[in-house]
Amino acid sequence: MKQDKKLLSQKFYDAMKKLEPRYPKKVALLLPALHEAQQERGWLPPEILDEIASYLEIHPAQVREVASFYTMYDLEPVGKYHFKFCTNIACALRGADALLEHCQKKWGIVCGETTSDQRFTLREEECLGACGTAPALMMNQQYYEGLDIAKLDALLESLE
Amino acid sequence: MSSEKSTTLFIEHFQPECRFLHYYLKEMEGYQGLKKAFGMSPSEVIEEVKSSQLRGRGGAGFPTGMKWGFIPKQSSVPKYLVCNADESEPGTFKDRDLMRYTPHLLLEGMLIGAYAIGARSGYIYIRGEYAREAVLLQEAIEEAYAARYLGSNIQGSGFDFELTVHRGAGAYICGEETALLNSLEGKRGEPRVKPPFPAQAGAFGGPTIVNNVETLACVPFILRRGGPWFAQLGKLEKSGGTRLFCLSGHVKKPGLYELPAAGVTLRELIYTYGGGILNDRKLKAVIPGGSSAPVLTAEEIDVVLDVEPLMKIGSMLGSAGVVVVSEDYCVVKLIQRIAKFYAHESCGQCTPCREGCRWMEEVLERIEHGKGRTQDLNLLLQIADNIQGKTLCALGDAAAGPVASFVKKFQSDFEAHIRGGKCPN
Repeated sequence: MKQDKKLLSQKFYDAMKKLEPRYPKKVALLLPALHEAQQERGWLPPEILDEIASYLEIHPAQVREVASFYTMYDLEPVGKYHFKFCTNIACALRGADALLEHCQKKWGIVCGETTSDQRFTLREEECLGACGTAPALMMNQQYYEGLDIAKLDALLESLE
Repeated sequence: MSSEKSTTLFIEHFQPECRFLHYYLKEMEGYQGLKKAFGMSPSEVIEEVKSSQLRGRGGAGFPTGMKWGFIPKQSSVPKYLVCNADESEPGTFKDRDLMRYTPHLLLEGMLIGAYAIGARSGYIYIRGEYAREAVLLQEAIEEAYAARYLGSNIQGSGFDFELTVHRGAGAYICGEETALLNSLEGKRGEPRVKPPFPAQAGAFGGPTIVNNVETLACVPFILRRGGPWFAQLGKLEKSGGTRLFCLSGHVKKPGLYELPAAGVTLRELIYTYGGGILNDRKLKAVIPGGSSAPVLTAEEIDVVLDVEPLMKIGSMLGSAGVVVVSEDYCVVKLIQRIAKFYAHESCGQCTPCREGCRWMEEVLERIEHGKGRTQDLNLLLQIADNIQGKTLCALGDAAAGPVASFVKKFQSDFEAHIRGGKCPN
């Protein structure tokens, strides 16, 4: 697909240019490119995937098959605050289910959904590697650990 | 247990201010191991690591020096050293602290490894969720470049090494080394058919060594103080050094404990170090090596926490992620969650794993919700048996082993669910 006008910023292309000599093959930039683009756009709409494909000189289907393999790439829009609750064993043993339930009730949505005002997306997450400080969650790129309902409420109140 | 304080390598430096180069140089004999390595031949470095009895800290426990020895001396294509920082095994959280508090230890370990195997480029493949740790690593790398510990002609040695942080994007399977290499190359994280092994054809087709973070972080100490010194830190012949045990779940003091390799029993870790069971409840079960390790009962905790002793009783040390479960939590619910994890993370290439993991999850879910049938327990064992040993990588085994172990060791809990038509907890 040919696109005349670029949707991704110069900052994106500068970051890619800097990374290019670090890899023997340009296609190895695919994961970094998807991260950078998502950081910039909030999620990865089809036209962005196409632009990455044309930059890396690969087929758009190749970008999609890779992007859809990894859970961190959002191929649908997500809320301003993207909450990922770890519910794997160490967190489950320390009360993760109650935290998740608390948010589901509060926001009136279930896992995988976004509130109608686009503020909150709620997701169940696999082990975050914070088992010693469980239960933990990840909100956007930030970890919150050693949580209980009171700490979770304090976090929610701190968000604008 | 002796009250004498044992040697530790890492844990006293797990503080935010320790991540900087000036701290590393001043307080941790920083880059002295590299200096020593530059005065040796690459094969002498490999021999030193062999003599240290360092074995992989990622899960398989393979001797590191021997692994390095598999790399061909001559190669027409570039060789690579890749650090596996994908740390995704449920119950494991040691590499995260190593990277955020002592990143230069990892860098120095990689430099020594790269020198030993003749690699001029390396990557740290870090799980995508560790976004903060990736930034901290990048900062350490920039410090190292500025001080000429990375780049060309490092410290006037004539040795060049370029190091790049590569972020994953949320896929447990990328901890498997060939899946990791595919992911590094910009592909789906699907494990490769072996052979060829990475030492012959790994990253971008070049001979490649993949080592875990903690493994590489041990290497500077081996060069500075010698392989035999490192070997004697461990309490069994084949296991040198210390280990970072990750203690989580129902204990009073969860967290990281650095202890001599093979120098502690599961009981000591839980009761002496971990302060015992949360709320003084009774111990029900322990997963000794991350969620892939078959479960142990409360009667089996006098085992030494190391590779061979755990293997002997049908489990494994894996990544040393010890998850403790008290009588307050339903073991059927727990294994259902584990099965759900593997069903979610199966890459789908191999039919026994893709179909079997889903099926085990489904059967466990109906048992947990009181809809199970008496024959379901045999069915679970059969499915597990049909996965084990029949897949390209270890994920299938990692799912099947725990399911079979829970069914066999906690049969009465499963039967109570089926008989009573609900979860009794």
